[in-house]
Amino acid sequence: MDKVNIELENQFFSSEKKGSDIKGKFFVGVTQLAVFIIIAVLFIILGIIVYQGRAKFSWEFISSFPTNGMTEGGILPALIGTFILVIVMSIAAVPFGTITAIYLTEYASENSKFAAAVRFSVRTLAVVPSIIFGLFGLGFFIQFLGAGVDTAFNGGELRWGQPNILWASLTMSLLTLPVIIVSVEEALKTIPRELREASLALGATKWQTIKQVVLPGSVSGIMTGTILAVSRGAGEVAPILFTGAAYYLATLPGSLSDQFMNLGYHIYIMSTQSSDVEKTMPIQFATTLVLLLLTLSLNLVAVVIRSRIRRRAK
Amino acid sequence: MKDIKIHVNDLSLYYGEKKALKEISMQIPANKVTALIGPSGCGKSTFLRCINRMNDLIPSVRITGEMLVEGIDIYDKNVDVVNIRKKIGMVFQKSNPFPKSIYENIAYGPKINGLKDKTQLDEIVEVSLRQAAIWDEVKDRLGDSALGLSGGQQQRLCIARTLAVSPDIILMDEPASALDPISTSKIEELVHQLKEQYTIIIVTHNMQQAARTSDHTAFFYMGELIEMGKTNTIFTKPLQKQTEDYITGRFG
Repeated sequence: MDKVNIELENQFFSSEKKGSDIKGKFFVGVTQLAVFIIIAVLFIILGIIVYQGRAKFSWEFISSFPTNGMTEGGILPALIGTFILVIVMSIAAVPFGTITAIYLTEYASENSKFAAAVRFSVRTLAVVPSIIFGLFGLGFFIQFLGAGVDTAFNGGELRWGQPNILWASLTMSLLTLPVIIVSVEEALKTIPRELREASLALGATKWQTIKQVVLPGSVSGIMTGTILAVSRGAGEVAPILFTGAAYYLATLPGSLSDQFMNLGYHIYIMSTQSSDVEKTMPIQFATTLVLLLLTLSLNLVAVVIRSRIRRRAK
Repeated sequence: MKDIKIHVNDLSLYYGEKKALKEISMQIPANKVTALIGPSGCGKSTFLRCINRMNDLIPSVRITGEMLVEGIDIYDKNVDVVNIRKKIGMVFQKSNPFPKSIYENIAYGPKINGLKDKTQLDEIVEVSLRQAAIWDEVKDRLGDSALGLSGGQQQRLCIARTLAVSPDIILMDEPASALDPISTSKIEELVHQLKEQYTIIIVTHNMQQAARTSDHTAFFYMGELIEMGKTNTIFTKPLQKQTEDYITGRFG
């Protein structure tokens, strides 16, 4: 016994103690520095944007059209275009993503190879660079699907075979699909087994159980997924670059086959292709501020809903 | 023969390779309370869940042998599991009301079966809640969430919910194990009243509860049915040494 104790003591109080303490302090320091750098970068970015953008940021800026070759005026069409984009995108992606998530969590058996393949695809889809989605949208939706529709139904007249809101939204929905699938899956998993069993034991079918018990309990999860997808979609530019975003439009889009303006794209062209980049600097910053506020507040809402789900899951 | 509700013949259950129930054969009488007792992990709950095919939900489970309910093998591939579960209700160990109103909890089963008529639903809700001896406590707040009820009330609500689909058989998986003594005695009283109309099979850890509530008792040990008989006999002069040891508290 004594021998063991002595050995233990040696382990705990050996001369190595001092060395490891210095190492420990060093690594704590490194981690603190890393955290500090991240926070500092965030605040510098936010600070510059708010500082530079606040002068131009006003109700008038949000509610009026650009004027004078887009060197003056507001961003109304870009804001509206962004809204339409995310709405059409959600209409396409949310039901599709929800159904996929229901299949994965409720129907696929644990060792289903097909489900594993779907999960792998979803994960892969989530890491595909967004510009690839843009190119895919151009090739598949516009040149294949759109042009095909024109040939088949419009007698070859060009209508759907060119960039527009519909194709841009569908392209964006592919990009946001993984976000929705994963959030809905998470939400479905928080519904306790006891509740499913209660329903099944009453003679409910699996689908009745999903419809009456599982889905109503997952509404907030589906909402979180939607909001995260929307906020991601609102900020992305690459997928809509070739599929529907316009440099400038004098009117708001009136149909799904129209092109549209978009906040992110607006920032991009204002800072690279404007007739007077210097002069439009305040507009660029204010537009960035609007976009940032939009996505930040959406994310905030998602975080609040998600924390509620987590609390319920416990 | 007519008095026997369930015939079990050589029923075995495997979790993957592991054999959890070993050639169980027993006869469960109609309109009586049958208690399943035995130490934790002896297979009594697993056996109970065989009776309404709740084990179907676990992919690795395989079952051999026969489970005849009124002469029909419920594991026959022509049998619809949904209909089985409508006839054989289940009350779980942990009360599990839906996060809906008290009314909607009871109306859930009938609605699933396609009943839409409001007056009929109202009637079923009231009758079921009365049968479960909880009507007086909740009649003024049927629209409130069921989650606001106490644990004992929730469990009686779950019993009422089961009664609402008018089953023949009610399976109870340690229905009072999480409840205080007063709620427990209410549940036991309820079991006693319900056996007039229903065949009840109750899993319990509590010896006194088995002795108080049941007509027949089956003792399970290590996946085997050791002994089954009249509750009186099992508790006073069991045939098997293992049963006696368990009942007198020498193990388990």
